[in-house]
Amino acid sequence: MSWWDQIFRRGRFDDELDEELRGHIEEKTEQLMRLDGLSRVEARRAALRAFGNPVLVETRSREVWRWPRLESLVADLRLALRRLIKSPGFSVTVLLTLAIGIGTNTAVFSVVSSVLLKPLPYPDSERLVSLWLNAPGAAGLANFQKGLPLSASMYFAFSENNRTFQALGIWSPGKANVTGLTRPEEVNTILVSDGVLEALDVPPSAGRLLTAVDQIPNGPKSVMLSYGYWQRQFGGDISIVGRSITVDSQTRTIAGVMPRGFRVEDQDFDLLVPFAFERNKQPLAGFGFHGIGRLRSGVTISQANAELARAIPIWMDSFSNGPGTDPHWYLKWRITPDLHSLKQEVVGNVGNVLWIVMGTIGLVLLIACVNVANLLMVRADARQLELSIRAALGAGRGRIAGELLLESVLLGLIGGVCGVAVASAGLRLLISIGPANLPRLNEISLDPGSLVFNFLVSLAAGLLFGSMSAWKYSRRQATLSLGSARTMSSSRERHRSRNVLVVVQVAMALVLLVCAVLMIRTFQHLRGVDPGFSHPSDLQTLRIAIPDSSVSDARMALRMENDVADKLSTIPGVTSVGFAQLVPMEGIGHGWNLIYVEGKTYAGDPPIRFYNYISPGYLRTLGTHLLAGRDFTWSETYELQPKIIVSENLAREEWGSASAAIGKRMREAPSEPWSQVIGVVQDVRYDGADQGAPAIVYWPAMVKNPWLGTFTPRATTFTIRSSRAGTQAFLNEVERSVWSVNGDLPVASMRTMQEIYAKSMARTSFTLAMLGIAASMALALGVIGIYGVISYAVSQRTREIGIRMALGAQKHELRWMFVRSALTLTGIGVVFGMGAAAAVARMMRALLFGVSSLDPISFATVPLILAAAAAVASYLPAARAAAINPVDALKSE
Amino acid sequence: MMILESLRRQPAHGYALVQHIQQRSQNLLQVEEGSLYPALQRLLKAKLVKAEWTVSPATNRRVRMYEITKGGIRHLEREINRFDRMLEGIQMVLGPARRAQNS
Repeated sequence: MSWWDQIFRRGRFDDELDEELRGHIEEKTEQLMRLDGLSRVEARRAALRAFGNPVLVETRSREVWRWPRLESLVADLRLALRRLIKSPGFSVTVLLTLAIGIGTNTAVFSVVSSVLLKPLPYPDSERLVSLWLNAPGAAGLANFQKGLPLSASMYFAFSENNRTFQALGIWSPGKANVTGLTRPEEVNTILVSDGVLEALDVPPSAGRLLTAVDQIPNGPKSVMLSYGYWQRQFGGDISIVGRSITVDSQTRTIAGVMPRGFRVEDQDFDLLVPFAFERNKQPLAGFGFHGIGRLRSGVTISQANAELARAIPIWMDSFSNGPGTDPHWYLKWRITPDLHSLKQEVVGNVGNVLWIVMGTIGLVLLIACVNVANLLMVRADARQLELSIRAALGAGRGRIAGELLLESVLLGLIGGVCGVAVASAGLRLLISIGPANLPRLNEISLDPGSLVFNFLVSLAAGLLFGSMSAWKYSRRQATLSLGSARTMSSSRERHRSRNVLVVVQVAMALVLLVCAVLMIRTFQHLRGVDPGFSHPSDLQTLRIAIPDSSVSDARMALRMENDVADKLSTIPGVTSVGFAQLVPMEGIGHGWNLIYVEGKTYAGDPPIRFYNYISPGYLRTLGTHLLAGRDFTWSETYELQPKIIVSENLAREEWGSASAAIGKRMREAPSEPWSQVIGVVQDVRYDGADQGAPAIVYWPAMVKNPWLGTFTPRATTFTIRSSRAGTQAFLNEVERSVWSVNGDLPVASMRTMQEIYAKSMARTSFTLAMLGIAASMALALGVIGIYGVISYAVSQRTREIGIRMALGAQKHELRWMFVRSALTLTGIGVVFGMGAAAAVARMMRALLFGVSSLDPISFATVPLILAAAAAVASYLPAARAAAINPVDALKSE
Repeated sequence: MMILESLRRQPAHGYALVQHIQQRSQNLLQVEEGSLYPALQRLLKAKLVKAEWTVSPATNRRVRMYEITKGGIRHLEREINRFDRMLEGIQMVLGPARRAQNS
């Protein structure tokens, strides 16, 4: 008989056993009758005596085949399930609460584990480092949040003078025009030096990797494709390797294709283009490259740092910024290498946000558990009589506690299963929203780790809220007398534990609400900040690049841009057009350099200022107000007249006021001619609304200086002011206008300024949204908790209320009695919560803007909200209490 | 062991087994007859015996006949062997003491 038969064909087994035993006794009886001549009755009695207890024999025989513990567990499970099905209202409430609570936790855990915990998708990724420099001596460089990037010459110095790196290289994201395929397209490129792909150590999915051979200046030109671009452009055709494409007017051979999902750090790309540096022509300067390296195994970051520090003097000895310059001038910058792990580089400060979100969501789950525990206690109260009878009949304490616990664990696990559905829906939603600054978004998935987490959380939640009631009831039964269960007004102790739960709940809700209000206030402050441009939703932006290789002359390129601007301004509904090297909050690194002010002497170097190159009309299009002086004109720009416009904060810093700046002169280097300030404009927050506005020097769209010659930025962002911005018809007209000037010009990154703006606030709005959801759930659960406790108290104290009323208590007094107890609980919760909230708010200081972490308004309003909610939640049951008819209440006695 | 030994001689049903054991032990072993059945179930579970419903020729009653399996025989031999050695051991320990008492 298999275990299968055992479980499902139990009836037959019992029948057979029964028959066998009966047969035995019959036979014995007959034998006794036959041999000893007893009567049938006597013989049967003797046979039974010899046999023993047939029921016991049967039970023992049955037990041979079974696992009695498991069987009783199964029986308990059946009972628990039946009870849950019997009360669908309760079950659905609890399961929904748990599913949402556990589901959100699972989703957030998946995000945390994919983003923060999982290693980067490179082999031995813990040996990968990102290379930055510290330069405390370079005034103004503090603007660069991560430090100073490397220069090309530094890459040579570092890669030639180390023994700690297995591979080391530099890379830089960029854009390029691909022509000759269906239509001109601007694609995302990553320029890589030798060493980058070796460091990342990911084999290509087709062809070969770029190597040192591809970097020889004037050598054969090659390129690698990303998997996505290969699929999109060539349909995954393997024979494409070895063919050539035209990138920025240069013919390049396709060397290979990178595998799906491959990124450089967190940067997506279409093409990987090798650098082709001429080593001997590299100046010291040009700090604009990301460095990446793979350490030899066993080498620590500090060892590598120390070695690169020794390479910096070699760098200064080996390279120069040109004849007549002092290569050791950089000693003043006090450059030191500052390596950090690649993971830290990729994950950045988002870890902070994620941990806060994880914490808040965890709190919500705790609150949900407390609510469920409360509900379970109410149910257990209702079963008090049953439990006491069972205890009286000899059920062990552990047996009853185990059964209660089993029921709650079952609830927890079913909740967890529903939670998986919630989590996967939540993740899909999150990925489709795609918060801009959430790194590794493409790696987020509901992996086995998350499922294990889900299971553990469900189990823990079930045990948590189950143990509260199980512990309480198994402990109490000894003291409980059966008779009193019916008429006793509920004991003080029974209320105490529920009250403690409410206090805990209020405290946790307070913490979440305070955080949410702080974020709302931060958001308000950000919205209130004048970014330095107006009506961003009416501003269309697009990027156009004119590569050197197609139009080599700067003046011609500028003329082409000018033509495009003119064409764009003839589109119906357009009020003005302008372009600049970059527009605010675009997330592209600034250009910057020193600037000398006439009549000032500098002990060291003058401060470094942010540079932007702008066309006439750009400031007007953006809505940046001119505070003094005037805008550039086209004729000035073409004549290369040395004029500049500065931002208000720069004017105030250097000359005291905006109007005083007009006519003053500045230059980039002592060897340069002076440029005259012709205008002062309002400050613009280029780095995002939460960052201070940088001091800006605006240069004309074309300038002439000794090292760049006649220079115009080749990639520019056009801005178009129109109420039609963002509509598809408008975008089509814009594209047609651009192509009417030159059919090879790709139009890229068409966005309204509003989109750029929103993206720059993505971190704040993401945190706000998560905290807002968590806090409103906490508030709702808290209100339900208070309501539940008070209304339960009312139902338990009906008799007492009846007596009070019969003795002459007023209705409003009774109402106040209940509301007061709710407010007392809330008050205690608020006191505890305030302390916790202050601690949590300090942790999220980095996310706040314009609000102190102990913001009095937030800390004052939240308790008021909670008190109001508590008052409302308790008023309803209190009113019901007051409406009790004393006759009805006491009738049952 | 006793059940297995009886069954090795001859397949039997429950009642016959009880009779057999009591006769062989000359009524020295008086146990509750019912306790045979859980033991039989344990043997069934361990696949040392197998059971089949047949009609007893003597009483014309439907009975469950138990029969020893090959595994059962092997197990029985092992057990008898072990039991013999245990008995031997016990005798060796008790033997000299008795002799000392007697002398």
